[in-house]
Amino acid sequence: MRRVVVTGIGTVNALAADVAGTFRAFREGRCGIGPLGFRDADRLTVRIGAEVRDWRPEDHFASNELPLLDRVAQYALVAGAEAMAMAGLPPGLGPRGGVILGTAAGGIQTWEDSYRAVFAEGKNRVSPLVVPRLMHNAPASHLSILHGLTGPVFAVSSACASANHAMGLAMQQIRSGVADVMLTGGAEAMLCFGGVKAWEGLRVLAPDACRPFSLGRKGMVIGDGAGVLVFEAEEHARARGARVLAEVAGFGMTADAGDIVAPSAEGAARAMRAALADAGMGAGEIGYINAHGTGTLANDRAETAAIRAVFGAALPPVSSTKAMHGHAIGATGALEALACVLALTEAVLPPTVGYLAPDPDCALDVVPNLARAASVSAVLSNAFAFGGLNAVLAFRQA
Amino acid sequence: MAERDEIEQAVIAILARQLLLPPEEIARDALIDDLGLDSLGKVEAIFALEEQFDIAIPFNANEPDQPDFDFTSVFNIVQGVERLIAAQTA
Repeated sequence: MRRVVVTGIGTVNALAADVAGTFRAFREGRCGIGPLGFRDADRLTVRIGAEVRDWRPEDHFASNELPLLDRVAQYALVAGAEAMAMAGLPPGLGPRGGVILGTAAGGIQTWEDSYRAVFAEGKNRVSPLVVPRLMHNAPASHLSILHGLTGPVFAVSSACASANHAMGLAMQQIRSGVADVMLTGGAEAMLCFGGVKAWEGLRVLAPDACRPFSLGRKGMVIGDGAGVLVFEAEEHARARGARVLAEVAGFGMTADAGDIVAPSAEGAARAMRAALADAGMGAGEIGYINAHGTGTLANDRAETAAIRAVFGAALPPVSSTKAMHGHAIGATGALEALACVLALTEAVLPPTVGYLAPDPDCALDVVPNLARAASVSAVLSNAFAFGGLNAVLAFRQA
Repeated sequence: MAERDEIEQAVIAILARQLLLPPEEIARDALIDDLGLDSLGKVEAIFALEEQFDIAIPFNANEPDQPDFDFTSVFNIVQGVERLIAAQTA
């Protein structure tokens, strides 16, 4: 079985439109959440989110490309370009390269604009490019086209675990020998009127801030953005002298087969154990966990119970970076994988910001409010989705 | 403006639909947790109340003490709805 490593990373998110800026924000514990600025936001009950600010598509794409690109694809392409530039891969990967990208809502803004046109504005036609704009595989396909990757290319959709499932599958393609290089991660652009209106109905959004694991937390805050990582067979990366950022050591996925929204500590714990087993690691090797940590009562309690069940008394530090970049739904696991790369390469644990006081139901070292210097050799990244779907990745120092 | 009896009937009818119970089995002082209403049932019942009375109920599932809207018993829900309707017509 071949080992898989990370040789490039890229991102666009509420903290910054690149990796350097995002890492700086992680170190500073900066929060990217603010008032929502999109059309009709004044008709929402919840009016905060982690938007990508000052996004100017025309800075990144030619005017003849933009009609094909929903924001979700724009974020994926810009993040993918940064990751590919960092990896410095030679051209001509062809069938030995692929793309597996997570998204939960795909081109939701395109759905919204088109429905508004035909229902609210009484128009009788929409842009002929609506279907290729809104399809869930658009971001993956555009990356494939741009970078000439002709092997396995598809989209993965498992709500808040989409990016982790995507990265797990990408790793498996390389391990099994189907591909040498995979672009993977997730993209999401759900911060539009309909996207937030839909979430509002569940009564799980916080009106003020995202405060994972903290007493006084009031729920999740949605974020936008993309994270794209270059996964590569270790032998392929070493042979060309690439800079290796981390090893993708293991992946575990489970389903609760229980409630459609309420999380299960047992299902989460099984996924963490499966990732450790897949990586051939003991729990004691894990020096940091990037939590799912949504800031809802239900998730944070269940996740704490799961972590305590897996790690017993030897609990590693656990933080949720969602309080900084927001819950980027189908992209969030990719942003959190970047936080894991930061921990492994720069020995900095990103903090859980917005933390007010310990909650007895969440007895964890959550690295409250301030980043911490700590050398760690292996980390876990959790994602637990609506639908009872759990996906956990293990990364190790390369 | 809706009378208290009318509100109470509506609250009980909405809860009964969620719980798959005959309305007469839901007492006016019943506790919501005792009735076995789960978290999705709660948000669906709140939506139904908002639609029926054209009000906005400030309920966040992440606040255990529910400071803005007491959803712990049929009686408290009726009072809360009554207050929201009154605030709207005042």
